[in-house]
Amino acid sequence: MSADFAHRLRRHEDEADAAARSRALRARIVMALGPATMLGGVIWAVVQPWRLTLLHPHGQGAWWLVVEPPLYVIIVGLVFRLVIAPGVAEDIEEAP
Amino acid sequence: MIAGIMPQAEFVHWWFATGFLMLGLVLFAEALVGPEVWGMRPWRKYIWPGLCFVMGIFMWPVMTFFTNSAIHMVAHGSWAEFLMFCGAAELGVARGKLHSQYWRLASSLALIVSGTAFLVHEQNAWLFSRAAFLHHTAGWTALVFAAFPLALAFRPRSMFAASGFAAFFIVLAVMLYCDRDIAPIFGHFSQFAGVPHR
Repeated sequence: MSADFAHRLRRHEDEADAAARSRALRARIVMALGPATMLGGVIWAVVQPWRLTLLHPHGQGAWWLVVEPPLYVIIVGLVFRLVIAPGVAEDIEEAP
Repeated sequence: MIAGIMPQAEFVHWWFATGFLMLGLVLFAEALVGPEVWGMRPWRKYIWPGLCFVMGIFMWPVMTFFTNSAIHMVAHGSWAEFLMFCGAAELGVARGKLHSQYWRLASSLALIVSGTAFLVHEQNAWLFSRAAFLHHTAGWTALVFAAFPLALAFRPRSMFAASGFAAFFIVLAVMLYCDRDIAPIFGHFSQFAGVPHR
């Protein structure tokens, strides 16, 4: 094997490794978006517990019992994590 | 009796915030992985334009039932129209019926019109109340962030521009979650704004 060919082969391997690392990182970020959003909702619920009227339902109207904004944030994160993120992460790995 | 059944305006803001948050996450994921990976499952291409279009449809009842002045109604109507226009243009691109990359300008136009509507229909000063502050902030944010879809029209593969466009919806969601019907802002509250609650 000529030295020139060996260098080219090595460069191709390095580039393939870098591409694989980049793909893995992107997949991890996509998978983390949902949990990060859910964490935001949990922190909001802890900081402003009165926004969760289900925790103290007495005397609340029907709408106030349905509308729980920190839970909405958690649900968005959960839906993204369960419905959208797994397929995206899988496709990143399989992309040419 | 109807007033008792109707949800408060802040609830509606939080519902739209939830939609915009999902929109932001979807757009950010698409920006991160690129259009090729995103398009590997055809249904994914329709998520954000479809969500945008549906939110435009839901904005019409908001315009009908939750506005109390002509300018307020016109602002909500313009948001409804441009959410639907932006969603329809992107749906056309996703379906392959529209081919030009310049259809991305629809999103930029939507942000410019929406931002202007926020600013024009807010008659009070920044620190009048929380709603007034958020209207001013959301308006200027929309106008500034309109640069990102504008950049995407000319550089469709720019991850920076795509991420910026996604960030707009997340920032807007945070602003809408901060909204209350009548509440102070940074300790300021006009005596003409009403009685704060919760």
